[in-house]
Amino acid sequence: MKMGIKARERISNSIIYTILTILSFVWLLPIAWLIMSSLRAEPGAYTTYIIPKGWTLSNYTKLFTETELFNFPRWFANTLFVACVSCVITTMLTLMVAYTYSRLRFRSRKGLMNMSLVLGMFPGFMSMIAIYHFMKLMGLDQSLAALIMVYSGGAALKYYVAKGFFDTIPRSLDEAALIDGATRNVVFFKIILPNSMPIVTYTAIEAFIAPWVDFIFVSVIMKDNYDNYTVALGLFRMLERENIYNYFTQFCAGAVLVAVPITLLFIKIQKFYVGGVVGGAVKG
Amino acid sequence: MTQSKAKKRTPAVFGWFSSLAEVFREGDMWTRLSALIMGLGQLKRGQVIKGLLLMAFEALFIWFQTGFGWQYLKDFGTLGTNAQARVWDEAAQIFRRVPGDNSMLILLFSVLTLATFIPFIAIWVINMKSALYVQKQAEKGVKPNSFVEDVKTFLDERFHITLLTLPMLTLVLFTVLPIVFMILIAFTNFDKNHQPPGSLFTWVGMTNVTDVFWGDQLKSQTFFGILGWTLVWAVFATFTNYIFGMILAMMINKKGIRFKKMWRTIFVVTIAVPQFVSLLLVSKMFTDTGVVNVLLQQWGLMSGPIPFLTDPTLARILVIVVNLWVGIPYTMLMTTGILMNIPADLYESAAIDGAGPVRQFISITLPYMIFVTAPQMITTFVGNINNFNVIYLLTTGGPLTLDYYQAGKTDLLVTWLYKLTVNEQNYSLASTIGIFIFLIVGSISLVVYNMTGSVKKEDQFQ
Repeated sequence: MKMGIKARERISNSIIYTILTILSFVWLLPIAWLIMSSLRAEPGAYTTYIIPKGWTLSNYTKLFTETELFNFPRWFANTLFVACVSCVITTMLTLMVAYTYSRLRFRSRKGLMNMSLVLGMFPGFMSMIAIYHFMKLMGLDQSLAALIMVYSGGAALKYYVAKGFFDTIPRSLDEAALIDGATRNVVFFKIILPNSMPIVTYTAIEAFIAPWVDFIFVSVIMKDNYDNYTVALGLFRMLERENIYNYFTQFCAGAVLVAVPITLLFIKIQKFYVGGVVGGAVKG
Repeated sequence: MTQSKAKKRTPAVFGWFSSLAEVFREGDMWTRLSALIMGLGQLKRGQVIKGLLLMAFEALFIWFQTGFGWQYLKDFGTLGTNAQARVWDEAAQIFRRVPGDNSMLILLFSVLTLATFIPFIAIWVINMKSALYVQKQAEKGVKPNSFVEDVKTFLDERFHITLLTLPMLTLVLFTVLPIVFMILIAFTNFDKNHQPPGSLFTWVGMTNVTDVFWGDQLKSQTFFGILGWTLVWAVFATFTNYIFGMILAMMINKKGIRFKKMWRTIFVVTIAVPQFVSLLLVSKMFTDTGVVNVLLQQWGLMSGPIPFLTDPTLARILVIVVNLWVGIPYTMLMTTGILMNIPADLYESAAIDGAGPVRQFISITLPYMIFVTAPQMITTFVGNINNFNVIYLLTTGGPLTLDYYQAGKTDLLVTWLYKLTVNEQNYSLASTIGIFIFLIVGSISLVVYNMTGSVKKEDQFQ
């Protein structure tokens, strides 16, 4: 029996809807579990059910009131501070490098770009030991300043996306300005930057998110200085064997508090991924 | 700078040498003397501030080398000979600690000191060239640039120097020097038993490298075991995500499917949640007493818990499967735009020829996508080789095994590196592993860049 095109289309569409629904369910399940656990009244990490028996907001309030062992407000403030400062520094450095490589022509340009490429191939973690001891010598180990330096220190290597964007701005724009007597300095600040707000936003948000989600670098830098932990490391500690029973639901509450702003920021920059700006940048 | 413009075609290094030779050939006494006393030539021709700045710079450099650099550099060959000792203090009747050499500091400061030679030499060369330049201008009767005019060029012709100075400084301090330092560490015996300031460490040549390959049975077994799994993992993680992510993107893109934006957002939300949250949570779901096992038993599907995290094979399958959860939304985001660019007439003519959706996917979509996104795919592959989060947060590299040296069955090279550093303080071995990761990633990237070149030239699909 032959079906009409329309009927076949309808069947295939409904199959797709079914698959998408099932997949959405699978993808959202851990997140739903996270939110429900954060509102759960019973303690413990390993429940035999998913929907909580009792609901409460005390996990959230406890995060801010019971701060002797896990000082969540302090960690949150630390992370916010580090994120803001390193966001400003990183954005500045990244844009400076990206603009230089994209628009200015000088002798060592190719060499510097190749060097950046090679440096980027070393596992970023490898240099942490050296940085840690270096910080220690300067008396900066286990401090927020060290963390800021670590997060913004690699900015000069992360220029690809921004450079890709600058490359798309027509060169005739700068040339016209240069003929009119503008210096390159003026071209950068008055012409290129105002035309590049999307990429400024993208770079800034990426830099802002990093301290919230990283826990490798911070665990090496901070060791046991609980006061200077960021939320990622602090929350990670809540799930250690001796704490997990009492603190699992609080972990979930803290995680929700971190995840909500990060998610909103990420959704804001997702168009860069869809639009192919990020993809196109790989071409160097 | 006009003199550099003339030599644009010659490679940088030769350019430097030939223009240096030119300085000595054509320079007069003042210019030649600038080699010893920087800034002398400039001072003579009336560039007072510039000349003084150069002199001050040289003085600072010499002061730094003799006052600070030398005391470390002289021990660079041995990394220190006096170990910290405990000496009996007769008067106080106690053992006193007598500080010895600190190998760590010697190495760190030696690298730092050696690094200062690079900017010094660079500025010295600039000094020489500019001395000749002002000499020639003076001979022609042209008044040399004033200091203010010189500074102004940094906002225009030499704007790149202004913009790059700060980023390069951070790059050198936080990336280049640490990497050089760690590469050197790979040739020492800096481990748990050789920890400054308590004890010294020293150069051991290629021992760490040979240990990893054949010298030490346990270490080489670990290295090759982990290397094999790292590659298997990277291949599976990359390709499964790629294919399934693309299929998901196509399903959402399909004509007639409504709420495209909603579907996309659902999947995007999951990558926006920080991985240390989502992955830790998922790992708790799969423990013996976690939700998954409990539910399976309650529903009567299993009589006992499935050892997701304790059985090596299951743990490996689990990380690959969970990684789908992490990676598919990324691929979906990345490929959505490209998929929409595939010319629709390709599909139309295929449909007329009677090709079904599967056939269309294999013969049109897949080749097109692989062609367009090959460089990106290999970048993802490299990213997966270094995919710390997924492995460490899900299994912490476990299950541990006695066959391996300080590593578990799902450990990647990079998580092994982390464990060696943080738990074991075996810095020398960790650095050796780091160098190997670099070599692997580097050679793969080399292939990528060659391919990117060919992708750029080819345009048969456009």
